Amino acid sequence: MSSKTFRGGVHPKKYKELAEHIAFEYFPAPDEIILPLSQHLGKEAKPLIKKGDEVILGQLVAQADGFISAPIHSSVNGKVLSIGKEVTPLGFPKDSIVIKASENSVDKRFTFPPLDPETITPDEIRQRVAEAGIVGQGGAAFPTYVKLSPPEDKVIDVVIINGCECEPYLTRDYRLMIERPDDLISGLKLIMKTLGVKRGVIGIEDNKPEAIKILSHKVEYEEGIEVVSLKTKYPQGAEKMLIKAVTGKEVPPGKLPMDVGAVIQNIGTAIAIHDAVVKGEPLTRAALTVSGLGIRQPKNLYVPVGTPIQNIIEFCGGVTEDAVKIIVGGPMMGIAQYNLQAPVMKATSGILVLTKKEVTESEETPCLRCGQCVDACPLNLMPTKLARYTQLKRYEDAEGIGITVCMECGTCAFTCPANIPLVQWIRLGKQKVLQMQKERAEK
Amino acid sequence: MADTQILIEPKQKVYFDLTTSPHLHSQWSTAKVMWFVNLALVPCVASALIFFGIQQILIMLVAVLFAVGTEAAIQAIRKKKVTLFDGSAALTGLLLSLTLPPNFSLSATAIGSIVAIGLGKQIFGGIGYNIFNPALVGRAFLQAAFPVQITTWTKPNYAVDSITSATPLAAFKFDKLLTETYSLAIGNVGGSLGETSAIAVLIGGIFLIAVGIVNWRIPISMIIGMFVFGGALWIINPQQHPSPVFQIFAGSFLFGAMFMATDWVTSPITGKGMWIFGLGISLVLILIRTFGGLPEGVMYSILFMNSFVPIINRYTRPRIFGEQKEVKK
Ligand code: SF4
Ligand code: SF4
Repeated sequence: MSSKTFRGGVHPKKYKELAEHIAFEYFPAPDEIILPLSQHLGKEAKPLIKKGDEVILGQLVAQADGFISAPIHSSVNGKVLSIGKEVTPLGFPKDSIVIKASENSVDKRFTFPPLDPETITPDEIRQRVAEAGIVGQGGAAFPTYVKLSPPEDKVIDVVIINGCECEPYLTRDYRLMIERPDDLISGLKLIMKTLGVKRGVIGIEDNKPEAIKILSHKVEYEEGIEVVSLKTKYPQGAEKMLIKAVTGKEVPPGKLPMDVGAVIQNIGTAIAIHDAVVKGEPLTRAALTVSGLGIRQPKNLYVPVGTPIQNIIEFCGGVTEDAVKIIVGGPMMGIAQYNLQAPVMKATSGILVLTKKEVTESEETPCLRCGQCVDACPLNLMPTKLARYTQLKRYEDAEGIGITVCMECGTCAFTCPANIPLVQWIRLGKQKVLQMQKERAEK
Repeated sequence: MADTQILIEPKQKVYFDLTTSPHLHSQWSTAKVMWFVNLALVPCVASALIFFGIQQILIMLVAVLFAVGTEAAIQAIRKKKVTLFDGSAALTGLLLSLTLPPNFSLSATAIGSIVAIGLGKQIFGGIGYNIFNPALVGRAFLQAAFPVQITTWTKPNYAVDSITSATPLAAFKFDKLLTETYSLAIGNVGGSLGETSAIAVLIGGIFLIAVGIVNWRIPISMIIGMFVFGGALWIINPQQHPSPVFQIFAGSFLFGAMFMATDWVTSPITGKGMWIFGLGISLVLILIRTFGGLPEGVMYSILFMNSFVPIINRYTRPRIFGEQKEVKK
């Protein structure tokens, strides 16, 4: 099987060996959890409880508010301590519910009535996905039922499951693929049913032969479902890149995958859909990888949503002497942390502790005009120019050469020998341009 | 960015480095790249010492020392950070020396280096800002200032035949004498220090392409250009024009294609631009070699195309992913 891919991209060192052979483990309930009301793109949820209320695992504690929003369920049995601003891994505080887990929590928990995947209707699936609070597990955390409810006029012909996991270190998708292949396929079939789609593709990078083998074997007799091997390259897991590799189609700037007939779902999302429908479980757990040379015992964990990062790091044996950086997410797009009280959120994919050795950065020098960033940008942008125009505050020019198309994947900054913080500049310029466009629209 | 120090239980201090993504970086830095290019020139240096004598090391040393010294002096005077160890000034000096004839005077070599760094690089603001390849600026200056000395060639150590000290290109242009491709490949022919051995040049060049420093598009487009333009003339009149193979192997064509035209700062940043640049150099070169008074012209053709790079970059913006062809401006 030859592997498909897109043009551009880079090959960062993988570090997957740290955690790829370690099976998932359940993280014990922490003493206290912090549930930010907004764990997804869109509007924050509305709390349904107040200080002092007793709650049980799986109980709805905040309801969706509006179309693009997702409800939140308690991930422990316990008592509501407070509702107020708390730190989040995104770096700024957000309204959150803090719950004190009860000392000797009996195994009470709330579940929905299980549904039969054979007889369930698309609308029932959508409703269940919405009430289970499922959001995309790929980082942006878009409420999943919105993706499952495309406008009438869009024709969807393929559902693609994103099994690339192209960020270094992260191994949770890989572990899920080899530990829970049946649940994954069941989730995919539910998604296909909801969208009325006949073709399902599981796209996996070719550095995960074990996952490709297992899933290929499992889908042998599944009609319309295939496993596609993709080149190992960052950012193969970006939606546009994945669609290009699988279908050959390019999503135009400013358009969505559904505009070219594709819906992409993450591995974890598909499994969460299966869990919600077949087992009746609301989304209260994050599946994540704890890794990096700076953590004593790398692990793959199911963690109650809301668990502070600190507890998880302690559970994994603490950090080594030479640890210098703690990141939530992958090393290419994740966010460095300064407060370890920040909680795990629904879409948290990993916690990485990096040492000096891994993050060594050389000094910034002037641009050498080497063109490496241009060659590497998967969206064919000119990162050096985008950054330069931003530095010069020439935002119109930056807009003209497509700054708003940038997906902030970090490929350009990774490759730059002059070590210019290209993404930071582009991010800044992009914000300015988006603001400019908004003002223009208001006029 | 400020580091915050927080205590992690059990009793462990961690410095939180808060720089933003991406948190990993490729292995390359400006300095490392420059030193790799220097390293890639080792076969050329070796061929120069073998064919023209061990004493040629002096020209190279003088060129490198004066280039580095000039860079440091100017940076000190302008109170800028002295970047001696990034290897770029040393590279300019080394490249310059390899384009000079054997036994070129050491004082003139020193002047060439000073001009290369001063006029070719620092006057534009230092690394990254120059328009013309600094080593070629230095050489162009020497060509103007010492026209006789710079075209006086020495017979190589192992020369076997009657073509004494003239370069193969001059021998063909003025006497219609062809040098065997075998000799050109090995390099025991007259010419500038580092350019006579095609094999040495190719070893270094292929190494740079393999590690990802040199973009293959530039050398390949130059070679294709030579086949097309040089080949056309040769087919029309093989008596008057040498074969494209000769054109490629003789003179500083390969050295220019691998080490001069591919200079990051002064070549285009877009893939399409690199093609235009490479083809352009070959076209100009063929015109100079065929219709100009000089037998050689690699230096001028690269400098000439250097001046078009900003325009080439502007008009070769790649099609943004997913953008329709018609929308392109
Ligand atoms: S961050 Fe933006 S400009 Fe840089 S490589 Fe990614 S898409 Fe291209
Ligand atoms: S990779 Fe860095 S040095 Fe090279 S062109 Fe891009 S911004 Fe400039």
